[in-house]
Amino acid sequence: MPNMPIESGVPDPFQYMHPTLAKNFGAWDYHDRPRPGVLRHVAKSGDQVWTVRAGTQRQMDLYTVRKLCDIADEYAEGYVRFTIRSNIEFMVTDQGKVDPLVAKLQTEGFPVGGTGNSVSMVAHTQGWLHCDIPGTDASGVVKALMDELHEEFVREEMPNRVHLTTSCCQINCGGQGDIAINIQHTKPPKINHDLVANVCERPSVVARCPVAAIRPALVNGKPSLEVDEKKCICCGACYPPCPPMQINDPEHSKLAIWVGGNHSNARSKPSFQKLVAAGIPNNPPRWPEAGAIVKKILKVYKEDACEWERMNDWIERIGWPRFFELTELPFTKFHIDNWRGARRSLNASTHIRF
Amino acid sequence: MAKEMHSTPMLDQLESGPWPSFITGLKRLANDEGKPYQNMMIDLLGQLEHSYETRKGYWKGGTVGVLGYGGGVIPRFSEVAAKFPESKEFHTLRIQPPAGMHYSSKLLRDMCDVWEKHGSGLVAFHGQSGDIMFQGVATDKVQTAFDEFNAMGFDLGGAGPAVRTGMSCVGAARCEQSCANEQKLHRMLVNNFLDDMHRPALPYKFKFKVSGCPNDCMNSIERADMAIIGTWRDDMKVKQDEVQAFVAKKGRKYVIDNVITRCPTKALSLNDDDTLAVDNRNCVRCMHCINVMTKALSVGDDKGITVLMGGKRTLKIGDLMGTVVIPFMKLETEEDYERLVEIAEETIDFFAENALEHERTGEMIERIGLVNFLEGIGLEVDPNMVSEPRQSSYVRMDTWDEEAEKWFARKAEEKAAA
Repeated sequence: MPNMPIESGVPDPFQYMHPTLAKNFGAWDYHDRPRPGVLRHVAKSGDQVWTVRAGTQRQMDLYTVRKLCDIADEYAEGYVRFTIRSNIEFMVTDQGKVDPLVAKLQTEGFPVGGTGNSVSMVAHTQGWLHCDIPGTDASGVVKALMDELHEEFVREEMPNRVHLTTSCCQINCGGQGDIAINIQHTKPPKINHDLVANVCERPSVVARCPVAAIRPALVNGKPSLEVDEKKCICCGACYPPCPPMQINDPEHSKLAIWVGGNHSNARSKPSFQKLVAAGIPNNPPRWPEAGAIVKKILKVYKEDACEWERMNDWIERIGWPRFFELTELPFTKFHIDNWRGARRSLNASTHIRF
Repeated sequence: MAKEMHSTPMLDQLESGPWPSFITGLKRLANDEGKPYQNMMIDLLGQLEHSYETRKGYWKGGTVGVLGYGGGVIPRFSEVAAKFPESKEFHTLRIQPPAGMHYSSKLLRDMCDVWEKHGSGLVAFHGQSGDIMFQGVATDKVQTAFDEFNAMGFDLGGAGPAVRTGMSCVGAARCEQSCANEQKLHRMLVNNFLDDMHRPALPYKFKFKVSGCPNDCMNSIERADMAIIGTWRDDMKVKQDEVQAFVAKKGRKYVIDNVITRCPTKALSLNDDDTLAVDNRNCVRCMHCINVMTKALSVGDDKGITVLMGGKRTLKIGDLMGTVVIPFMKLETEEDYERLVEIAEETIDFFAENALEHERTGEMIERIGLVNFLEGIGLEVDPNMVSEPRQSSYVRMDTWDEEAEKWFARKAEEKAAA
């Protein structure tokens, strides 16, 4: 009898948790940020923990992981944790260990930052490295962007925190961000009719289309699928269940930029990101056109937003016309939503800034 | 003997600059003489460069798994294996991390040792679902690698139409704003549904995420089918001497502009003596003032959770936020926790029976209406579930009197219990 898996599920974290965190579990008093990249948490017991946060490449070779372990052992009491944005955190209970730890991380090429009102690491997807449906790369886009935004990661000079995301298809696994850089397909899928019958479960592909543009058809005597190209919104939803419906196109799959996504309930309710720019070339290895627009938006936000305003708070205050004016991005007919529920996004008032 | 390195002029350009380079890491593995993964990583770099040149991806799915499970391994077979044969199989193991993503260096080293023997040496902390992604393993090594992780106390995560890997914030382990035991909730919920995780048979994915306070650092409202968020219902705590110290340090203008007037329900006022007045009945627990004045202000003592359901991303009907289905629930006794697990069970059962294929919970709610969903899982309506009541008069209200009676009966019950 071969070994059956032990269905142990989510492991108990206490066995891997820094002992001071475990000791003061649920009994913390307050925190502050002594410098960018460093948090200090004070427990009700009087215990203190300094957390040093550093950026990583997320996709790490085991030598990088072991190097981080060496740093944890030598400088940080042997424990780490990761944030949702793939930053690594080292916890130390002795203030005197903070500066040497920061210096060591910097020497080894891990930028210390990502706290408070900084631009944190990009939440991202797999891209060409590992995804089966990617329109672009993910790790490479992130590397290129974070090289450009490094100074804003290691400082806390933004009005409020900035969360970036990228997604390599329109499903948007990268999620909502203050700024999101996502693939946007612009042409209907190219169908390889020789393969459809063997590879695709046709009814589920038909059901997958958000605009009912796909129907079964006989093509050259073979059962296949056809797309009403006038109805097709080029979303690519048919491609995962039916790879012969190729949506990725080296030239016509473009990047689009969305802003104002915010998951927090602080001040306003959570918000989804909105389209601001599209038609941006998918241009490896450094995607300079997308990077330039992101930097422009960040520059204007940094100059114009008030303290504590997230991207969405700022735009809410200044209005979308001013956003397009300040960022010098074109406002087109494509910015006006026509999806279900879209009328609530139209201005039904005389509230207009002149 | 290692094969020859491919020329990678485009990827090489991602080695410069201040941010850590994943390409440098990949090359390190490809140059690792004598290691079992060396040739695999040489061809992986070749295929990735090929993707950069042609602007297309070359992986396809398939069926790869471990004994006893129907999901958790992401199969990847190369479509350009003729050119890059050594990385023709490059599967990912999704492994669930400890709740809150805590690691000892020993644990990480042990994981690296397994991956050095059986895998590619490439690992991502973490994927968007919250798994550790051990990326790159050949089909015949999948079982062995998994067995070693499994023996260390680690289990596969979810993939496909299944309960997925959950996420919880650092929470009570290091955050004074925590209003819940995030790791306990995360583990109780996910570990109760391991059968639905490991044997995908739901209409589509189902995700749990747990945030300890309304800052919702786990993005649960936007991304989870069932979002658990810590909150409190008594007064927030104010240390007036610390408020005065904060005003003295930052100035009245700063406090008025950044705290008082940023309150979404105008529940704050700065007194003449630089103490703070709080209208707690109208505080919506948004966290902003507590985020700014971390020492002076903090969450209350009467803690519990708010539950929202139906958050998801774009496919297929567009982005949906989760909706409040439980405005407040205490979690003090084990029975309280069990009640929450029961609600999750009711929800997943209802989802399994009523959702269409490839339909998420939020889309199902949109299709059948929130009221039908609430009746299906046995929860009562509450005005906290809406931003505003109905605007359209096109509705049949035959049983209005009965429904009104139910409301009064519930209110009387609550009053009696209080």
